Amino acid sequence: MEDIWLMVLSTAASAIRLACPLVLAAMGGILAERSGIVDIGLEGKMLAGAFAAATLASQLGSPWLGLVGGMAAGVALSMLHGVATIRYRGDQVVSGMALNFFALGLTMVLGQAWFEQGGQTPALDAAQRFTPIDLPGAETWARQVPVLGDFYRIVLSGHSVLVYAAFVLPALISFVLGHTRFGLRLRAAGEEPNAVDTAGVSVAGVRTLALVATGMLCGAAGAYISTAQNAAFSRDMTAGSGYIALAAVIFGKWRPQPVLGACLLFGLLTALEARLQGQSLPGLGTIPPQVFQVLPYVLTVVLLAGFIGKATPPKALGRPYVKER
Amino acid sequence: MSTTISNGQGALAPRPQRIAARLPWWLTGLVVPALQLALALGVASLVVLLVGESPLATLRVMLTGALDPANGLASTLYYATSLTFTGLAVAVAFHAGLFNIGGEGQAYVAGLGVALACLWLDGRLGAPAMFCVAVVAATAAGAFWAWIPGYLQARRGAHVVVSTIMFNYIAAGLLNYMLVSAIGSGGMGTETRSFAPSAMLPKLHEALAPLGIVLAPSFLNIAMLLALLCAAGVWWLLWRTRLGYALRLLGQSPRAARYAGLSAASLTITAMLISGGLAGLMAVNDVYGAQGRLVLNFTGGMGFLGVAVALMGRNHPAGVLAAALLFGALYQGSTDLQLDFPRISPELILVIQGLVVFFVAALDRLVREPVERGYLAWSNRQRPDA
Repeated sequence: MEDIWLMVLSTAASAIRLACPLVLAAMGGILAERSGIVDIGLEGKMLAGAFAAATLASQLGSPWLGLVGGMAAGVALSMLHGVATIRYRGDQVVSGMALNFFALGLTMVLGQAWFEQGGQTPALDAAQRFTPIDLPGAETWARQVPVLGDFYRIVLSGHSVLVYAAFVLPALISFVLGHTRFGLRLRAAGEEPNAVDTAGVSVAGVRTLALVATGMLCGAAGAYISTAQNAAFSRDMTAGSGYIALAAVIFGKWRPQPVLGACLLFGLLTALEARLQGQSLPGLGTIPPQVFQVLPYVLTVVLLAGFIGKATPPKALGRPYVKER
Repeated sequence: MSTTISNGQGALAPRPQRIAARLPWWLTGLVVPALQLALALGVASLVVLLVGESPLATLRVMLTGALDPANGLASTLYYATSLTFTGLAVAVAFHAGLFNIGGEGQAYVAGLGVALACLWLDGRLGAPAMFCVAVVAATAAGAFWAWIPGYLQARRGAHVVVSTIMFNYIAAGLLNYMLVSAIGSGGMGTETRSFAPSAMLPKLHEALAPLGIVLAPSFLNIAMLLALLCAAGVWWLLWRTRLGYALRLLGQSPRAARYAGLSAASLTITAMLISGGLAGLMAVNDVYGAQGRLVLNFTGGMGFLGVAVALMGRNHPAGVLAAALLFGALYQGSTDLQLDFPRISPELILVIQGLVVFFVAALDRLVREPVERGYLAWSNRQRPDA
C-alpha cells in the first residue's frame, strides 16, 4: 500500500514537471488568442527559446541569462508573427506555420555550425541549469509525518523555480485578463475590436503587446525544457509540445484555470506513458505507449466536435483588424 | 460551413484572393512571386553568412546538385512528384475555402494503406495490378483520414485547421504503433519487410536500362506520370466541371453558395475527400514506387512542404507543378550541401521553406501592394485617358 502511494506521488510529481512547459506556453497561447491572433507558432517559439537558453547558459554560465535569452528569442519570433499578421494582415495560420519551419531549421543549422555536435549544444553543468529546490523542511520533518509528509516532500517540493512560477502564472493571467484595464482591452480586441478602436485604443498596439507576452512565455517554456528538464539543447527537442499546449488552450476553452487543468492532464498522460511502459494493467492488458501520445490530440478533437461541452473561441479570432474610415 | 461562419471562425480559413481586374496575369502570377522568392532567399543568405559560408557558392552547389541530369535531376523530379501531390491537395481544399494542413497525416495513413495492401497481396498480384491496388489503397486511406476532419467541420463545427493539425499527430502515433507492434519486420529499423519484387514496377532507370539509356539510380518512378495526370485532372475538375465550380463558389462566397442552393456541408466533405486522396497518393510515389516498404517518418515533411508549394504556386495546378519543381530542387540540393559545406546542415531547407512561406504568403502584402501600386501608376501614365 505504502509503495503504491509513493508511486502515485512520484507520478504526480513527474506530471507536474512535464506540465510546466505546457502551462507556460499555453498561457502565452491564451494571451495571443484572446487578443484575436491565432498562434500555431507556439512550438517554434518554444524551440527557439530552448536553443537560445541552452546556448547562452553554456556560454555565459548562468541559467538566468539563458532564460532572458530564451525569452528574447521567443519575442523576436513573436514580433515577426506580429508584423505579418497585424501590420500586413497576413494569414495567421500560415504565418505561424512558416515561423515553426523557420525556427526548426534555424536551430538545427546554427547548432550544427556553432557547436558541430549534430545540432546539440554543449552539455550544461549544475551551475548552468535550473536545479530542483527543496522546500523548507522537506527532508526533515516531512519524513516524520505520514501520508501528507510524503505528499509535501515528493509532489510539492523538489521542483525548479520555473515550475513554481508556472503554477502561479494562471492565477496572474486570470487576474490580468479579468480585473485590469489592459486585460479588458485585450479581451475586447479578441471579441469586438471595433469597440477597442472606438474607445480610442489601438487594436494593433494591444495585439502587439499580447504577442510580446506570448513570446516571453513560450521562450521561458523552451528555456525550461533545455535548461531545467534537460541539460542541453538537442534537435527538435520540443517534439510537438507547442501543439500540445495549443491543444490545451482549446481544451481549456481559452480560460486560464481550465487550461492549467488541461496541461496537468496532458502532463499526467505523458508521465503515465513512462510509468506504464511494458506493464500489464488488470482488465486492460498492456496499453501501447502511443495511446498516451495521441490522447491529448484525440481529446481535443472530441471536445472541438462538441461531444464533451462546447469550445467557443474568441469571436474575432483570426481576423485582421481593418480600421474603419 | 455556415455554422462556422456564424461563430466567427470563418476568418480562420483563407479566402482565395480576388483577381484585380486591371492587373495582367504575369504581374500577379510571375513578377510578385519571383520578388517574394528573391526576398526569402535573400534572408536565407543572411543565415548562411551567419554560419560563415558564402551564400552564392551554397546556392550554386544546391542548384548544380539538383539540376545535373547525370546526377541529381532524377531525385529532384522524385521529390517534386511527392510535392505535386501534397501541393495539389492543399490547393483543392483552398479553393473551397478550407485550409488542409493535414497532408502529412493523410500521406502517413495512406502509406499504411499501401503497405497493408502490398503485404497482403504482393505474392499474388503482378506489378501492374499491384500498382492499381496501391493507387486505390492510397487514395482511399488518405481520403478517409481527411474525411473525419471534413465531417467534423461540416457537421460539428470543429475547425478543420485545428483538427487536421491534431490528426497529423494521431496519424503519427497510429503508424508508430502499427510498425512497432503489428506489421513491422522486427529488424533494426522501424519498417515493414520489403514487398515482393514481382509486384513492383521498375523505377525509371531500371525501365530505361534495357533500351540502352543509362541513368544514375534514383527513386524516380511511374508515380511522376500520375502526378502530372493529377495536376491536369485538378485543373479540369476546378475549372471545367460543375463540382469544381461549386467548390470555388463555396470558397469565394459561402453565402452565394448557400443562395445557389448548394450544401456547404457536403461540399466541404467532398473537398476534403479529394484533398486527402491527393495527399495520399504521395504514398504511391514513396512507399510503393520508391522504397518498396513502409518506413517510419517516410513523409519527411513533404506533407507540410505541400503548403509552401500550394501557396507559392498560387493554388493553380500549373503553379503547383512549377513550385513543386523548385522545392524538389531545393530539397535535393540541400542533401548535396553536406559534402561541400560540412558546417551547413541539410536542414537549411527548413529555413528556406519557412522563409518562402513567410514572404510569399504571410507577408504577401509587403511586396504585392507596392508592385501593384507602381504598375497601376505606370499604366495610368501610359494611357491617361483610361
